[in-house]
Amino acid sequence: MSDHEYTPSSKFGKWFNDRLPLLTLANHLTDYPTPKNLNYWWTFGGILTFCLITQIVTGLVLAMHYIAHADMAFSSVEHIMRDVNYGWLLRYVHANGASMFFLAVYIHIFRSLFYGSYKSPREIIWILGIIIYLLMMAAAFMGYVLPWGQMSFWGATVITNLFSAIPLVGESITTWLWGGYSVDNPTLTRFFTLHYLIPFLILGLVVLHIWALHVPGNNNPVGIDIKKPSKDTVPFHPYIVIKDAFALLMFCIVFALFVFYQPNILGHADNYIEADPLVTPAHIVPEWYLLPFYAILRSVPDKLMGVVAMLSAILILAALPWLDTSKVRSAVFRPLFRQFYWILVADVLILGYVGAMPAEGLYLLIARVATAYYFAHFLIILPVLGWKEKTTPLPLSITEPVLGGSPNLAAARSDEKIEKTIK
Amino acid sequence: MSDQKDEKKTNRRDFLFTATAAAGAVGVGAAVWPLVDQMNPDASVKALASTEVDVSSMQPGQSLTVLWRGKPVFIKRRTDDEIKKARAVDISDLKHPEKDEDRAKNPEWLVMLGICTHLGCVPLTDKGDYDGWFCPCHGSHYDTSGRIRKGPAPTNMEIPKYEFVNTNTIKIG
Repeated sequence: MSDHEYTPSSKFGKWFNDRLPLLTLANHLTDYPTPKNLNYWWTFGGILTFCLITQIVTGLVLAMHYIAHADMAFSSVEHIMRDVNYGWLLRYVHANGASMFFLAVYIHIFRSLFYGSYKSPREIIWILGIIIYLLMMAAAFMGYVLPWGQMSFWGATVITNLFSAIPLVGESITTWLWGGYSVDNPTLTRFFTLHYLIPFLILGLVVLHIWALHVPGNNNPVGIDIKKPSKDTVPFHPYIVIKDAFALLMFCIVFALFVFYQPNILGHADNYIEADPLVTPAHIVPEWYLLPFYAILRSVPDKLMGVVAMLSAILILAALPWLDTSKVRSAVFRPLFRQFYWILVADVLILGYVGAMPAEGLYLLIARVATAYYFAHFLIILPVLGWKEKTTPLPLSITEPVLGGSPNLAAARSDEKIEKTIK
Repeated sequence: MSDQKDEKKTNRRDFLFTATAAAGAVGVGAAVWPLVDQMNPDASVKALASTEVDVSSMQPGQSLTVLWRGKPVFIKRRTDDEIKKARAVDISDLKHPEKDEDRAKNPEWLVMLGICTHLGCVPLTDKGDYDGWFCPCHGSHYDTSGRIRKGPAPTNMEIPKYEFVNTNTIKIG
């Protein structure tokens, strides 16, 4: 955080700021010192904020036309698609927006994993992020139920039935969640209510996430601590703002390609058939962003243990700052970790692929191996790697590898001297 | 409270703290319970507790699916062959040991909830490795008595409370 006192230039500004220091906050956000080596993987925080706002705005207007009732939900969605002015656009942006949101969040998470952004002193930022991710999954799941198509209904049935795996109270919890003896109208209305609520909870957590970020400041590709402000930092505005804006434009091109050219490619045709409690679709698959966890669920032959494994796969991430015992943050200086990182990326992609395939034969075998590896990465490989791995030398500053060309101490020192004399 | 002895002694103030906290906890609990319980099945849902089904037109080998409490119920008029198969099974081979005699009081009629005990999908009739039911979601195979034989489901498909009102009518619930 910038330590200097801020005084608004206008008299009114000063009067207002003394009573509510909003201008001080705005000044902090514009001047916020940012490492000058941030690459494009760091632009996804801004992109995610854009995604959240998009979902809230399009969701708000869709709610003006949607009817949360088991008899009317399906036709009200078709009414939005056919009758409401620009309804097709709003719905396609909202539906594909969810996928774009997850695409961005996965890049954001894997960026943290690569550059060790979850490590001290940023554990709270990381845990807040995991909570946001969990809420995103809840919101996405409930949102998918609202059109009341076949996939909506049966997806809701399968997921709510996960709770019935809990010993003793499982059945009562499931009945309580449903508000009946199966997924029905009471389930739909409460899912709609919660689907409307969760984005605002996420918004609140995003504020905390950014607040917690602004205490230690951004991590950076080199992963070393830097003095703020210093010659290693640039002010957030205009340097990061313009970079984020450019990345956002590129992201919006991809977004628009889905919305205008392939709006249904990420969905399932079955969801254009109205929910029928008597017929289960031949092949129930969740949305693509939940597939790796679905694969983990199905790879365990026991019902309760399958649910436990799936939840642990997400919750294990919250413990990551303590499971990774290495003091070096960035994978750039961890040659072994870097290899395991890419194996993990491949592992998660494989889990996603087998999650979309039938749970039998070779697919099941692959899912089991990949599930075992996923847990081994966090529980065995990371803790052991921390004290076995020989890391490469860290530079003294962000500027050093750029100006010195190599982590050469003498070169860095002399560069510093040159800079000082220039100043 | 500077004295060491005073701190250890329980005094009237401690009693007040504990009593206030306890009364507060009860009050909060009482206020929260209606908010939680409103999500449980309401009176109109509970009122739809039973369904009567006319089965007079069903031939051996045919099955019927009816909706009871929003859930599918399978009514199957089994053939002699299917009954024989279900009864010939050695109970000790089963994951959830139940005799067919206990599941189908009248051997010709099998009435059960058509819900896979894994994650609640509706299994397909006359399918699977045991010629009973097969769940397409996660591959559970049930036999002609609706007992789990292969796959992730933990238990047999549930038998609801039902009775024959007369020879042609089954009352479920």
